[in-house]
Amino acid sequence: MNWRIAYQTILRREIRRFARIWPQTLLPPVITTSLYFLIFGTLIGERIGDMDGKPYMEYLVPGIILMAVISNSYNNVVSSFYSTKFQRHIEELLIAPVPNWVILSGYVSGGVARGLIVGFVVALVSGFFTQLNVHHYGVAAAVMVLTAILFALAGFINATLANSFDDVSIIPNFVLTPLTYLGGVFYSIDLLPDFWQKISLVNPILYMVNAFRYGLIGVSDIDVVTAFLIVGLFVVVLVLTSLFLLHRGIGIKV
Amino acid sequence: MNALTIRDLRKTYPNGFEALKGISMDVTEGDFFALLGPNGAGKSTTIGIVCSLVNKSGGSVSVFGHDLGRERDLAKRCIGLVPQEINFNQFEQVMDIVVTQAGYYGIEPEEAGDRAEACLRQLGLWEKRDSVSRSLSGGMKRRLMIARALVHSPRLLMLDEPSAGVDIEIRRSMWEFLEELNREGTTIILTTHYLEEAESLCRHIGIIDHGQLVEMTNMATLLADLHTESFVLDLTIPVDHLPDLVNYHIEQLDPTTLIVDVRREQDINGLFRELTDHNLVVSSLRNKSNRLEQLFMRLLDEKKRSADSDFSSEG
Repeated sequence: MNWRIAYQTILRREIRRFARIWPQTLLPPVITTSLYFLIFGTLIGERIGDMDGKPYMEYLVPGIILMAVISNSYNNVVSSFYSTKFQRHIEELLIAPVPNWVILSGYVSGGVARGLIVGFVVALVSGFFTQLNVHHYGVAAAVMVLTAILFALAGFINATLANSFDDVSIIPNFVLTPLTYLGGVFYSIDLLPDFWQKISLVNPILYMVNAFRYGLIGVSDIDVVTAFLIVGLFVVVLVLTSLFLLHRGIGIKV
Repeated sequence: MNALTIRDLRKTYPNGFEALKGISMDVTEGDFFALLGPNGAGKSTTIGIVCSLVNKSGGSVSVFGHDLGRERDLAKRCIGLVPQEINFNQFEQVMDIVVTQAGYYGIEPEEAGDRAEACLRQLGLWEKRDSVSRSLSGGMKRRLMIARALVHSPRLLMLDEPSAGVDIEIRRSMWEFLEELNREGTTIILTTHYLEEAESLCRHIGIIDHGQLVEMTNMATLLADLHTESFVLDLTIPVDHLPDLVNYHIEQLDPTTLIVDVRREQDINGLFRELTDHNLVVSSLRNKSNRLEQLFMRLLDEKKRSADSDFSSEG
């Protein structure tokens, strides 16, 4: 079995899907993040002043980029894989000799592709509002890719377990969005009282945002190595969970 | 060699419904095989398990000698499926659907394109290759699923209720296509409610009822078991009343159409002699295709009676 071709086929199909519906997938994040930059960065940001020794606009950019990466990699996989189940063309994959890890890699790569494309576009848009001097390209790129992988995996698990379109929207609306907004996108956790600082440390998005902020502007509330270890651990756990679901056919076969 | 070997196949759904209660059957290579049974009998569950769409609860399946559990890839390569319900992406183009399916089997894009073209041409869909699939007619969608199932050249093609919701013309052309495919060496298994379909196409037949195989035989033997064959006669001149035939049971459908039952020990020459005696001129004659239906109902009745008698003897 030529797994490379099966993988490329799934990935090509995924990219074709989100490219075909670009007004729904690629355009909205650009509009939304531009508004964030304009309102929070430019208008309100000027009154806030510096955050962790950086102008607020500059401080804001990494979190906004990563927020776009998180929501797009997640949403791509959850909507694509759930509609694959809903329209039943998942049967095309199940009948073919495609190993589970190839199915997972293909869908996750599709989510990563959309997350990274939107992330780069948002980074370009941020260029209209502030000048970024990237502190550490390697760290920034690694965090961006790992974050996209992690949330693409989470989207895959959500889609696998979902039984309705309601199930597809519950996690993004009621879990992902609060975690992202409370994950240090807009502020440093140093501003919070001790108790809430400790609570914030349970939020995995805090580690990603801070590691990415370190990569882009050189400041972080969290030790970067710890951040990588935690993100890596989450990726491993979600990969194993996804493969278990596929192996058992949970949410896919009866 | 067996194209399909099923042993003691069992399936119990999570709600406790026992869909298959230990089915065993063989389909030989090159056969055209029909799996019949009423709704909920277990036909689609059987097909689903063979095609890896449904998890089995017990038993084994092997395809051309490859066990579906131990030699999963080799077994899967041999199978093509045309499902009962439309299951392709309704937003994709026809060509993309077939090429993508080839990609899942590890076929290089260039070759996948060539194969997809051949399949789409064969099924009369080449002109529609750039159309979005949801814009196709019902018959075209069915043909698209056949093209998709054939793109990796499977040795065993399974069709789950292929004629459901398809008009007569499309059904006939699909039958011709399947007969040609079978002549070229592809083993075909279909499930159907159209008993005429099984009678016209298939050489062997299995009947499933309540998750058990109640009959497994060849079509000729099966039909020979029937004592009576019914013929439809079209008359040249209309008749006002039913002629009184001595040796044959006759019914009148309308002034120019009669239905005559001929028992196995009788001959058709005798029938025509009697018709001639009554000055009836027959312009055409055809089988009334209900023989399999009769047999099917009889088998199920016999099974029910046998179960009832077992129950009463136990009581």
